Amino acid sequence: MFRDARLIAAKDLRIELRSKVTAGQVLPFALLLLVLFAFGLDPDGPTLAAATPGLFWVGVLFVTVLAVERTFSIEGGDGVRDALRLAGLEPGGIFLGKWFALAVQLAVVELVMLGGVVLLYDRELHGIGLLLASSLAATCGIAAAGTLYGVLAAGLRVRETLLPFLLLPVLAPVLIAATRAFESALDGVPSDGWPWFNLLAVFALVYIGIGILTFGSLLEES
Amino acid sequence: MEPVIHLRGAVGLLGRFPALAGVDLTVDRSEIVLLQGPNGAGKSTLLRLCAGLLPVAAGSAHVLGVDLVDDPTPVRVRVGLLAHATFLYDELTVADNVRFWTRAARADQADGQRAMERLGVAGRLADVPVARLSTGQRRRTALAVLVARRPELWLLDEPHAGLDQEGRDVLDALVVEAAAAGATVLIASHELDRAAGLAPRHVTIAGGVIVADSAVDRVP
Repeated sequence: MFRDARLIAAKDLRIELRSKVTAGQVLPFALLLLVLFAFGLDPDGPTLAAATPGLFWVGVLFVTVLAVERTFSIEGGDGVRDALRLAGLEPGGIFLGKWFALAVQLAVVELVMLGGVVLLYDRELHGIGLLLASSLAATCGIAAAGTLYGVLAAGLRVRETLLPFLLLPVLAPVLIAATRAFESALDGVPSDGWPWFNLLAVFALVYIGIGILTFGSLLEES
Repeated sequence: MEPVIHLRGAVGLLGRFPALAGVDLTVDRSEIVLLQGPNGAGKSTLLRLCAGLLPVAAGSAHVLGVDLVDDPTPVRVRVGLLAHATFLYDELTVADNVRFWTRAARADQADGQRAMERLGVAGRLADVPVARLSTGQRRRTALAVLVARRPELWLLDEPHAGLDQEGRDVLDALVVEAAAAGATVLIASHELDRAAGLAPRHVTIAGGVIVADSAVDRVP
């Protein structure tokens, strides 16, 4: 299973390096969101500072929809989904590979967004350990749920509109927990944020487990 | 010896709807069989059923000894399907695609290189993204992937379409070599002048059932 996961992840990341969709489209979109949020909430006022953690993670969720859509559109071309079924790859391995590649791309976007928060919102970063740990756990969970719902919507003609409708409600717990963890870290009281990190880690583990177990059936149905 | 394909009253399922109307077909090892019939007769559907990509809704279906009614997944990695779609990633190069699909099927990488050379997509073309290839070059790359996987059953859907004369000659030679090496080949084609010379046995399908079979017709 892990051999197949490495193969799929390497292929997805190679496609991203060649096409540069994340770097050229998703990343600028993420930064544009940060700028627009700042315009809407007055960059010099206290509201933006208070809302920064929530805005950051809402931005990540919007970016996730684009990234998930992209990761399954590359499997939708010229019968590739049938080829995956014929290739003899373990479905759990395909899930893990796509999950990992998606998580790597989201992590890169989040790092740049974090830099954007520092520069555009003039926020100092405290509680780096909690920030990184909760980002990692949240990214793993978001990528796992995104991969799962991405394949579910992949075979549908209305996938572009259905995917956010399915995915965003599922990611609501991640939004809440990651926002609380970020608030605690940025406010300089990281000890308050670790329970939220635990929730994020549990969410990620549950969705990775569900993905490994059910991806085969969903791929067959898509 | 157990036949490679053994279908009795097989009906496939396309989504929620039945496809084929009960196919009876037996194909032995090393046979090259031409599957002919009008548009919509069920040729492509039959190939997909044999590849284990369609659920069997009724009848029995055994391919390479695998009962497709029970679980078609074990047969998939043992067949090579050349369909209308090329099964290639547009953003990856020819070499990347061949490497990826041969690794996925746990085939030998050296076979992938040999197949690319045989199909004329090695060298300069190897580093070209598939999106920039012509239809014929894409077809050749798809064939290279199929050949590299060394399938026991070749399922070829309009294999000559899009290929130039040289490509067609290479394809025909590969089919004959594969059959000589023990593989079984089922070719669905409208190009009867080309495919008929390649396949000693001709099977005609119409309305989802086999209506003529030269192997059966020869029996007194």
